[in-house]
Amino acid sequence: MDNREDTITVDISPSLKGASGGSMVYKRLKRNKTAMIGGYLILFLIIVALFGPLLTVYDPLKVDFGTRLLPPSSEFWLGTDHNGRDIFTRLVHGTSITLYIGFLSVAVGLVIGVPLGVFSGYYGKILDSFIMRCIDVLLAFPGILLAIALVSVLGGSINNVIIAVGIFSVPGFARIVRGSTMAVSKLEYIDAVRALGASDLRIIILHILPNIVSPIIVQATIRIAIAILIASGLSFLGLGAQPPIPEWGAMLSQGRSYMFDHPHVALYPGLAIVLAVLAFNLFGDGLRDAFDPQSKG
Amino acid sequence: MAAKVLLQVKGLKKYFPIKGGFLGRTVNYVKAVDDISFNVIEGETVSLVGESGCGKSTAGRAILRLEEPTAGEVIFNNVDISALSKKEVRKMRKDLQIIFQDPYASINPRQTVSRVLEEALQIQNIVPVEQRKDRAIDLLKAVGLAAYQADRFPHEFSGGQRQRIGIARALSLNPKLIICDEAVSALDVSIRAQILNLLKKLQHDYQLTYLFISHDLGVVRHISDRIIVMYLGRIMEIADKRSLFEAPRHPYTRALLSAIPVPRPGKKRERIVLSGDVPSSIDPPEGCRFHTRCPYVRDKCKTEVPELRSAGDMSAGHIAACHYFEEIYSRSAN
Repeated sequence: MDNREDTITVDISPSLKGASGGSMVYKRLKRNKTAMIGGYLILFLIIVALFGPLLTVYDPLKVDFGTRLLPPSSEFWLGTDHNGRDIFTRLVHGTSITLYIGFLSVAVGLVIGVPLGVFSGYYGKILDSFIMRCIDVLLAFPGILLAIALVSVLGGSINNVIIAVGIFSVPGFARIVRGSTMAVSKLEYIDAVRALGASDLRIIILHILPNIVSPIIVQATIRIAIAILIASGLSFLGLGAQPPIPEWGAMLSQGRSYMFDHPHVALYPGLAIVLAVLAFNLFGDGLRDAFDPQSKG
Repeated sequence: MAAKVLLQVKGLKKYFPIKGGFLGRTVNYVKAVDDISFNVIEGETVSLVGESGCGKSTAGRAILRLEEPTAGEVIFNNVDISALSKKEVRKMRKDLQIIFQDPYASINPRQTVSRVLEEALQIQNIVPVEQRKDRAIDLLKAVGLAAYQADRFPHEFSGGQRQRIGIARALSLNPKLIICDEAVSALDVSIRAQILNLLKKLQHDYQLTYLFISHDLGVVRHISDRIIVMYLGRIMEIADKRSLFEAPRHPYTRALLSAIPVPRPGKKRERIVLSGDVPSSIDPPEGCRFHTRCPYVRDKCKTEVPELRSAGDMSAGHIAACHYFEEIYSRSAN
């Protein structure tokens, strides 16, 4: 039969072949300067976390009262704290802790939030109402208060901070995933595979999840920033990482007592937190723009 | 042709609850499909026509159990589909397929064409793994695409080509009945004709039966053997194509047909313009559903629901749901 329409095939460059246009997203991301700055900062933080501790000369934990509260100098780049420890060394060692908390707590949030959201959005009705009302209860707590409550029940440690911050990020993921699932499951291709006899699980895993990854990735990136901030806040309040662990929030908290006479003790951990949060926020915003075909950043 | 009934729909209803009020109670129903019955004979093409919102698509989806019917039976090949468990329905699905309206929404954008087709085979497990790729390519060829296009993604195809992919997917399981839900409505006129001809050719090659859902009477005239006219969730008239186009009985069908553009300017014809809008299917009119807009309305129409019935001079199988269609027909014939 006549096949004339074949000639109207939209010819799209081979780089687009990655279904989702993964390389397209990368191209748009590259054009977005602030996002790339965020991306490079994240890369920098990861490199520091992995290799930094091998390069520092001081022990981050060893107390030496002879070098107490020294200002920044060529010997101690960012000065020393009230226990005579090199702040730069401690910051470098704290990077991995910060990233560890950030990534892992978001992973906890994902593992709980995504299934809740998918089932809620896919099955709807009573299940949806039930899950969403539970999420509403979680959302009714001010975020930090919820984390404080959880940590005070569980006890202060890095792992408990991760659990607390993870649970705190569940509502965000569940809501976003629910919304996207509802949108995708109304599309005709879902009906088409259902008409072929696919099971619900198959539809969810093979046809819904791959089509909602972009909002999940964006949300996860921005959530990492929030998680770092909350975790630092908890440590600042003495509920998170316990001294002498060189966690940035805990360092900030300890430096607070010396803030007026020796501002560098509090200043640099604070700047480090700002840097990390900013990095993930910039990158997350950039990702969102890159995934959104409407914005030609 | 031996007249074997392939699909029998009996008293099918689909009501959508309207939630509202405190704690989402059901306050009312949208009666999208309200008690329709018809048969589809093996090998024929039956069209379901009507304006938007008359429930024709919902009827198709309820037959497939993509929407759970509220009431009624759907008997396919002597099996009551509406009574099967979810698991049994999944097996049954290989005999009943659907082609959708929107070729851009009906294919997962993240799967290659061959993956789309192979998945169908994988779900029903009807072709051994190593033969699936070949089968997918055969299917592509059957719908007029080429083997080299198998590893492309949906966005690399035009609308007409995507619709061909949708048809290949429906064909992949060797179904007996395919429901074409506005399958050509989204296509350009030139491509529409190609797809219609492809559907006809496939029907011949694969002994398919079509339930063709459309609002486009021109398309329906081209492809159907029999036509069912729906209005506001109910069937108004059922007839073979010839009787319906040449001797329509129901006032609604007559109005519908008079709206088809005629390719001959200056040709005189009766144009029936209906006043008002389609009433809401939440609270449909009592009696005959059409009475609020019918030019021939009488008191009886407002209270008594007309049954589908035949009259002496009508061809076999031609039935209409109107109390007065003999009178209206004879008046217009003179």
